[in-house]
Amino acid sequence: MENLNGYLIVSAILFSIGTIGVLTRKNAIVIFMCIELMLNAVNLTFVALSRYLGNLDGQIFVFFIMTVAAAEAAVGLALIIAFFNNKETIDVDDINLMKW
Amino acid sequence: METLFFLIITLVAIVSAILVITFKNPINSALSLIMTFFCLATYYVMLDAPFMAAVQVMVYAGAIMVLMVFTIMLLNIRVDASKKHSHKIFLGSIIGFITFFNLAYILFKSRAAAPTGPYSVDMIKQIGHTELIGKEMFTNFLLPFEITSILLLVAIVGAVILAKKKI
Repeated sequence: MENLNGYLIVSAILFSIGTIGVLTRKNAIVIFMCIELMLNAVNLTFVALSRYLGNLDGQIFVFFIMTVAAAEAAVGLALIIAFFNNKETIDVDDINLMKW
Repeated sequence: METLFFLIITLVAIVSAILVITFKNPINSALSLIMTFFCLATYYVMLDAPFMAAVQVMVYAGAIMVLMVFTIMLLNIRVDASKKHSHKIFLGSIIGFITFFNLAYILFKSRAAAPTGPYSVDMIKQIGHTELIGKEMFTNFLLPFEITSILLLVAIVGAVILAKKKI
């Protein structure tokens, strides 16, 4: 397992790209996809370290993260659809009902 | 050879990840994200985790992304090029780069412990990755596995309630 640092760096790059996307995009669905990208970067770290340490716990964690991501996708997209039905937009700049 | 393959996959993964946040149309972003997920599945195969690769392709690239593409189709949003980014793009990029340098510093500075776990590569290849995952999940992680079913139930109920016409 000589290439551990390579996997960790790729995961760091993907996580940072996801962060930039969440902070700069306005479309709620694209922000959602960037969150999925960040979750996947963490998954890559889990699997690489699990393989390096010879311990399968990290891969079980990846399994649970995927479950949470699936639940999050279902509820989040339902939220976006509910919001679109009310305001005809999914720009996060227009989502300001709870701001004051 | 393996290093060259790793570099090619890395290039594709990072380029498609950048395309996710630069495309104007959400459907193009979704397709780039599917490409990134396939690259991650390739990484999992290279890391001797074929079960994780299969789950990645089926759950992420299959189920979740189909849900997203379906939502994009359902909402039928018009693309407005002038309103692509919010005005905080510079600040967001700076925060992203700080995140990257922070992560890279921590990952390089920290020393992972020496391999101590019981699962060597030969063992995974001999017994099979899926069998080992299943054994681990249904013995040591049985309670979290059962709680996951409650989480999914809550997600189903929440999605159905939220998707009703009148909340």
